[in-house]
Amino acid sequence: MSAELTAAPAVSIPTTKKTIHRRTRLWSVRLVFVVVWLGSWELAATHWIDPFFYSKPSAIGERLAGWFTTGTAFGSVWTQLLVTLEEAVLGFVIGAVAGVVLGILLGRARFVAEVAAPFIKAANAVPRIVLASLFIIWFGLGLTSKVATAVVLVFFAVFFNAFQGAREVDRNLVDNARILGASRRQVLTSIVVPSATSWIFASLHAAFGFALIGAVVGEYAGADKGLGLLIANAQGTFDAAGIYAGMIIITVVALLAEWLLTLLENRLLRWRPPVRTSGEQRA
Amino acid sequence: MTVIALRNATKRFPGTGGQPHTAVRDLTFEVAAGEFVAVVGPTGCGKSTTLSLVSGLEPASSGEVEVDGAPVRGIPDGVGYMFQADAVMPWRSVIDNVAAGPRYRGLSKAEARTRAMVWVERVGLGPFAGYYPHQLSGGMRKRVALAQTLVNEPRILLMDEPFSALDVQTRQLMQDELLRLWQGTGAAVIFVTHDLEEAIALADRVVVMTSSPATVKAIFDVPLQRPRQVEEIRMTPEFVATYREIWESLRDEVARARQEVSRVG
Ligand SMILES: Nc1ncnc2c1ncn2[C@@H]1O[C@H](COP(=O)(O)OP(=O)(O)OP(=O)(O)O)[C@@H](O)[C@H]1O
Ligand SMILES: [Mg+2]
Repeated sequence: MSAELTAAPAVSIPTTKKTIHRRTRLWSVRLVFVVVWLGSWELAATHWIDPFFYSKPSAIGERLAGWFTTGTAFGSVWTQLLVTLEEAVLGFVIGAVAGVVLGILLGRARFVAEVAAPFIKAANAVPRIVLASLFIIWFGLGLTSKVATAVVLVFFAVFFNAFQGAREVDRNLVDNARILGASRRQVLTSIVVPSATSWIFASLHAAFGFALIGAVVGEYAGADKGLGLLIANAQGTFDAAGIYAGMIIITVVALLAEWLLTLLENRLLRWRPPVRTSGEQRA
Repeated sequence: MTVIALRNATKRFPGTGGQPHTAVRDLTFEVAAGEFVAVVGPTGCGKSTTLSLVSGLEPASSGEVEVDGAPVRGIPDGVGYMFQADAVMPWRSVIDNVAAGPRYRGLSKAEARTRAMVWVERVGLGPFAGYYPHQLSGGMRKRVALAQTLVNEPRILLMDEPFSALDVQTRQLMQDELLRLWQGTGAAVIFVTHDLEEAIALADRVVVMTSSPATVKAIFDVPLQRPRQVEEIRMTPEFVATYREIWESLRDEVARARQEVSRVG
């Protein structure tokens, strides 16, 4: 017999005329909403409120265009973006790997977990964003201090979910694997890790956002490059449009990362029935 | 040759309010190689607990549980255990679920799959080999579990109500299939069921348990020839006579269990 297998049918939503119609309506309503929102802001800033404080969409657009054509006060906007991205991605990867590994190991080691519980609770209660300032003192103005801030934010988000995921593993599945002949290690890799994967992914979505926040806050606290520096500088020069422009760039990056993660999740968790999971996170 | 032996085996669980809860007490019975023993008893009396003692997943609180003449410490060699609850891995396709045992025991992925495919087909799931559990019916998942257990060719087969989720036709099919697959393997079987007809149709001996905390009330021999055809055998006078005899014993226990439930709840 060959290893050729019948592929499981993909669950697809039939695109009937009705659903297409529904979708068109959905997007038109969304478009109208954005136009009304930006239009009223523009109008209000031109006639009634002070654009110096509140800026306006056209000014923000000009600022963004300026950054991407002539560059910022600190050189090309791409350099700033890349620096921030590098810090965030590094922080995300280190924090997530550490969180997953420690979370799963602690989740399976009852005694160690009980010993560590109060310390973990305390560490989680520390306002971690403040650590950014401490890291600047420890690691200087360069890359390391920003990565460290991102790592700390990402780690706890991922750790708690991996820990919970490893604890909630179905007893029956573990027993069944043991009866079938699995060693302790095999139980870990073939049962515990896959069970915890949906939990872990739920946290990874929020975690990249945290990595970006960590990098930007780190830059904000002191840096010579990066989007956080642009925003800090805009604040220093009372440039509201610059703050908004920085915010928009960060938002776009976060959305792109979210999209990539969703692709990866759908690939890894193909076996799941089509339902949504959601993870509640806090920064 | 005796493969499984329980001697005054008792299991207590930590109950609510500090009082230990006795699930089974003073269980004594033996199962020989190649013997098929069915266990019947009222719901909640301790049938699953009995299997977990033999499988080594739960240690006995007192008394002895022996497999192959040695006291059970951990999971004995050659045990297959089909759980009452669903235990297939939702992230693995049917074939990879069935291939799990051979993989754990060191076979290569290709070898394990080849072996698994034979069993997937035997339980009638050939066309569904690539499906994930959530795409199967409850009865199909049970058959995955059966194939998963049998692919390891266990010498000691523990089955906890394996067919109770199946419809009548499929159940008869699976019962015949089980007898066919088991015959000549020399495996010792303990088969838990709440269906007395099923117990008699399949087993050499039927163990009747008392209501909770369970102990062995009586053991009946089933005087039916092998090989058996499950649907035909039900009509024979020997079957009917055996059924009457065992039901006489089981009825009191079921009634008592019911009274206890209504008193507690
Ligand atoms: N892990 C456990 N911890 C505490 N009590 C348990 C545990 N497992 C079983 N029990 C108790 O032991 C008793 C027997 O349970 P068991 O599952 O063996 O019954 P059963 O005969 O298999 O019932 P059913 O026919 O409904 O499957 C029950 O009262 C149950 O509450
Ligand atoms: Mg049971």
